[in-house]
Amino acid sequence: MTGVRGRLAPYLMILPSGLWLAAFFLVPMVLMVSLSLQTGNLIDGFRQTLHWQNYTDGLSTYGDKFVRSLWYGLVATVACIVIAYPAAYWIAFRGGRSKSTYLFLLLLPYFVSFILRTVSWKLVLTDNGPILGPLRDHGILPDGFHVLDTGVAVVSGLTYNFLPFMVLPIYVALERIDPRVVEAAYDLYASRLQAFLRVILPLSLPGVFAGVIMTFVPVSSDYVNAEVLGGPQNTMIGNIIQTEYFNNSAYPTASALSFALMAILLVGIFAYARTLGTQDVLEAARR
Amino acid sequence: MTTTLTKAPQRRRAPRRRRISGLHAYTLVLIAWLILPIAIMILFGFNDTHSKQNFRWEGFTLKWYVHLFDKGDLTTAVVNSLTIALLSTAITTVIGTFAGLALGRYRFRGKGSTNLVLFMAISCPEIVMGASLLSMFVTFNLPRGYLTILVAHVMFSIAFVAVTVRARVVGLDPAVEEAAQDLGAGPWARFRLVTLPMIMPGVVAGALLAFVLSIDDFVITNFTSGATVTFPLWIYGSTRTGTPPQVNVMGTLIFAVGVLIAVVSARRSVRAAR
Repeated sequence: MTGVRGRLAPYLMILPSGLWLAAFFLVPMVLMVSLSLQTGNLIDGFRQTLHWQNYTDGLSTYGDKFVRSLWYGLVATVACIVIAYPAAYWIAFRGGRSKSTYLFLLLLPYFVSFILRTVSWKLVLTDNGPILGPLRDHGILPDGFHVLDTGVAVVSGLTYNFLPFMVLPIYVALERIDPRVVEAAYDLYASRLQAFLRVILPLSLPGVFAGVIMTFVPVSSDYVNAEVLGGPQNTMIGNIIQTEYFNNSAYPTASALSFALMAILLVGIFAYARTLGTQDVLEAARR
Repeated sequence: MTTTLTKAPQRRRAPRRRRISGLHAYTLVLIAWLILPIAIMILFGFNDTHSKQNFRWEGFTLKWYVHLFDKGDLTTAVVNSLTIALLSTAITTVIGTFAGLALGRYRFRGKGSTNLVLFMAISCPEIVMGASLLSMFVTFNLPRGYLTILVAHVMFSIAFVAVTVRARVVGLDPAVEEAAQDLGAGPWARFRLVTLPMIMPGVVAGALLAFVLSIDDFVITNFTSGATVTFPLWIYGSTRTGTPPQVNVMGTLIFAVGVLIAVVSARRSVRAAR
C-alpha cells in the first residue's frame, strides 16, 4: 500500500466506528451536560440558563442515595473478592486437568440473562419461595426471618450478578504465576502461609485490582437489583435517575445526577488507581 | 539427576494436597450456590401453577412448553431481542473489525484519542450511557423505538469488538502480509485471503461478545426503547405483577442453546489444538 491511499487507509478503517461513537457516545455526553444546566419543563420546553443549582440541589436532596450506592458498591465488591479468591485459587493451582471445566461451571449461571438471574435470585429470597418456604415450615428458620426488601438482599443480588467480573481477572492473575516461583519459596523454607502471603498474594494483586475496577463501577451504578430485591426503602442513585427521567420527566435534574454519578465514580477509580496502581502492586510483589 | 529433581517436589506436595481439599469443597459449594437460582428457574418452567405468582411448586407439567408462544407480546419481545442482537452484531463486527485492524496495525494521528474513547466506552456506567442517549433524543425530539435501540447497541458493542480484534492483530506477524504483497496480491485480495483468515478467531470472539452484550442488555435499552419491548424489558415489566412460566421456558431454551454453543466450540478448539 503506497501513496495517498496507503496513508489514508487507517483513517478510512477507523472512520465508521469513530463516527458512530462520536455521534452516539460523545455528542450525547456533551448534550447531557448541557441539559443538566437547563431549566424548564416538558410542556414549555427546556432552556439553557446555566442553572448550576441542578447539581447542588440534586446532591443535597439525594446525597444519601449517592452514599448508599457507593456503600453497597463497596460491600458487594469486597464480598466478591472474598468469595471469588479462594475458588479462583483452588482452580488455578489445584484444578489440574479439569481447570476449564470448573471455570465453565462457575460461569454457567451467566448464560442466563442478567435480569432473569435477578428475578430467579428474588425467588430464592422470597419468604414463601421454594427455598425459604420449606426451611421456615420445618422450623429451621425463625418465623420473623425476612431477607427480601432489605439492603442485604440488594447486596447479595449485586454480589451474585457481578461475581464473574471478579473471578476471571483473579483467576487469570493466579494462573499466570510460575509454579517454580512458589516452589522456590518452599525450598527456601517458607511455610504455606508465608508462601501465600509473600509470593502468591502479591503476584495476584493486579488481578484483584482489575476485578475491583470492573466490578465497582457497574455495581454502584446498578438499579435493577435495588428495584427487584430492595423494595422502596433501599433505592440507589440509579433508581432516582431512572424515576426522574421516566416518571417525573425532570430531565435537567436527572442529567445532573447522571453526570455527577459518572464524575464521582471516575474520580474514585482514578484515585484508587493512583494509590494502589499496578506499579505499586508490582513493587509490593518485589518486597 | 533429572529424576531426583522432578521427584522431590512431588513427594512433598502429596500431604499438602490432602489438606487443601477444604478449598475444593468450598469451590463446589460456591458453584452449587451460583447454579441454585438457575436450577429453580428451569424447574419452575415445569411448574403446574395456577396463580399469577409462580413460586409455589404445584406439580409437573409440560404445558408451558406447549403454550410457549401464547403470550403474543412476549413472543414479539423475544423476536425483537433476537433481531436487534443479530443486526447489531452484524454492523458492529464489520465496523469494529476495521477499527481493531487500524489500531493494531497502523500508526496514525488520533490513535491515542481513539484508544481513550474506546476505554471510556467500555468503562462508562451503563446508566450514564443510557441517560446521555436519552438526553440527545429529548434534545432533538427524536422518537424512540426499534431503531434507537439498534443504534445504541451498536454503540456500546463497538469498543468490545475493536479491542478484541486489536488484541489478535497485535500478535500477528506482518511479514505474512508483506509476502502476499510481494506475490502480487492487491489490497482487497490481501485482506480477504490473508489478513481476514488470520484474525478470524478475534473477529468471531468479538462477534459473540457483541451478540451476548446486545441480547442481555437491559439498562441502555430501557433508556432508548420508547414503546418497543425487548425480552429483558418484558421480564422487568412482569416482575411487579408476577412473571409467567413462559419466561422461565424462554430463559431455559436460551440458556440451553448458549451452553450448547459454548460446549461445542470448546470441544472443537480442543480438537484443533491437538
